[in-house]
Amino acid sequence: MTATIKAQVLVPGTASAQVCALGEPLSFWGGYDPVTGTILDVRHPQSGICLAGKITILPSARGSAGTPACIAEAIRRGVAPAGFVLGTPDVNIATGARVAFELYRADCPVVCADTDDYDRLACSAALEIAADGTITIGET
Amino acid sequence: MMCPSFELQPDEQALLDGADGPAMQLAMKLVVQAARIMAAPRLIAASFAHIDACFYAGQVHVDFARFLLENDAKFAVPTWTNNGLASLEKPELRAGRGDRETMDGARELMGLYKDLGARPVWTCAPYQLPGGPQLGDQIIAAESNAVCYYNSVVGARSNKYGDFLDVACALIGKVPFARLHTDDGRRGRLLIDTSSIPGEFKREDIFYHLLGYAGGRLSGSRVPVIDGLPRTANRDNLKAASAALAAAGGVELWHGIGVTPEAPENSEGFGSETRFDLTMDDLAQAREDLTTGRDGQLDMVALGTPHFSLSEFAALAPLLDGREVHDRTKTYVSTSRFIRDEAAKRGYLAPLEAAGVEIITDTCTYFTPNVTGCAGRAMTNAAKWAYYAPGMLGVEVCFGSLAECAESAVRGEVWRDEKLWRHLT
Repeated sequence: MTATIKAQVLVPGTASAQVCALGEPLSFWGGYDPVTGTILDVRHPQSGICLAGKITILPSARGSAGTPACIAEAIRRGVAPAGFVLGTPDVNIATGARVAFELYRADCPVVCADTDDYDRLACSAALEIAADGTITIGET
Repeated sequence: MMCPSFELQPDEQALLDGADGPAMQLAMKLVVQAARIMAAPRLIAASFAHIDACFYAGQVHVDFARFLLENDAKFAVPTWTNNGLASLEKPELRAGRGDRETMDGARELMGLYKDLGARPVWTCAPYQLPGGPQLGDQIIAAESNAVCYYNSVVGARSNKYGDFLDVACALIGKVPFARLHTDDGRRGRLLIDTSSIPGEFKREDIFYHLLGYAGGRLSGSRVPVIDGLPRTANRDNLKAASAALAAAGGVELWHGIGVTPEAPENSEGFGSETRFDLTMDDLAQAREDLTTGRDGQLDMVALGTPHFSLSEFAALAPLLDGREVHDRTKTYVSTSRFIRDEAAKRGYLAPLEAAGVEIITDTCTYFTPNVTGCAGRAMTNAAKWAYYAPGMLGVEVCFGSLAECAESAVRGEVWRDEKLWRHLT
């Protein structure tokens, strides 16, 4: 069985990958290593996990001014998430993904899901994000 | 989410379509994207910018700035720079401690923003320099303490603009009309009452650091209103509180009844669920949280986070006049070139340099890689430094007053003024 959900597009793009759902918000500046794509923040429950190539689902980002550069640098190095599904719209993540697209033509879609959809997406194993924000949940 | 009535003016649309070239087009794309996400109905003009994208975190920073320069981007408003990762005046700082690419990139990035026409003030405390924004001005700020100070103490209006978006807004000269740019967004959302704190303690510098830390934990990213502050609170006190509120909580604006320009009109109508009584226990806890090291021998004393002001130099100079800091204790003061030069003119610098204090400009000391590789136990008078340094530098930190830091630097070990702390035991 596959199902589709419509999400708000912050930065368009396409991705099809396994899911990594973060249980808590993360600061991508200071709490994340843009050289390796792993979570550095020792207080984060998923500290040490590598987000490279995964569709990363997170409730929100912690708002640091350095976030866009860390996201864009990870994309430049090829270690960024394949895409982001957010529970709350985030200007910083969107700015980072947009800059990487404009400078390097590297695709990293950023979409925002409704509360009801968010929980369902966070439980899925793999997703496909289309350019119009349609998310297809893979067979589980 | 997106404001249904969002519309661009014809000149804004033209920039978005590339009329002024690809750099201005990219800037406009970032501004419009942010406006849509923030549900702003329109863009409004800004008059000043203090940008953070000059602080190197990777090659993408350099690529972005180079793209702007190669495509003839120009700032639409006076644009001042935050610290860089490198000190252009003292290239030996941090050298050999990060990888070479990082420090070369950091210097190149700072040069690119100079070439783009930014005013190279290299400071996280731009509000200490003449010619900055005034009450009611719509501005663009990025560094967390600068955002908080400009909004709260100056009464200029800015959201916290992340890297690239800060530069994009400064190039366009406009910002999305949302959140702290609007009257409604600036209203207080919780009240912190400090009336149970003894008036005597509120005259101490450390009070404002501890208040900022404790208040930040209570506020998160909301706008707090702080009641009961003495009218004698000076600009250094308000800087300390702003920096700690921003670091510990993510506060971008606070109001201090009787001390900041937009209080009390933004301070009314709080329900009981959003009122907090700040107690001496809260401040004792803040002190605890900001002190990860035990008292003992000191490897480093770090002053000037945010950058040291002229009045702070005036206070420090007599404490070290005719004395010498201990051999094992590297003692730094971080400041801007402008304040350093002013301090020299007034005779504050000579006694400090004679005492062995190193003045650091263009950068800050709590970022990794460590400025001189010194490890072990550090002491600071700044809540913000104490908050970040253990994670960033792997040092133990002892938080203390300016006088305690100066005396400890001379003794080479942590010295405590028991009279100062007796309220918190």
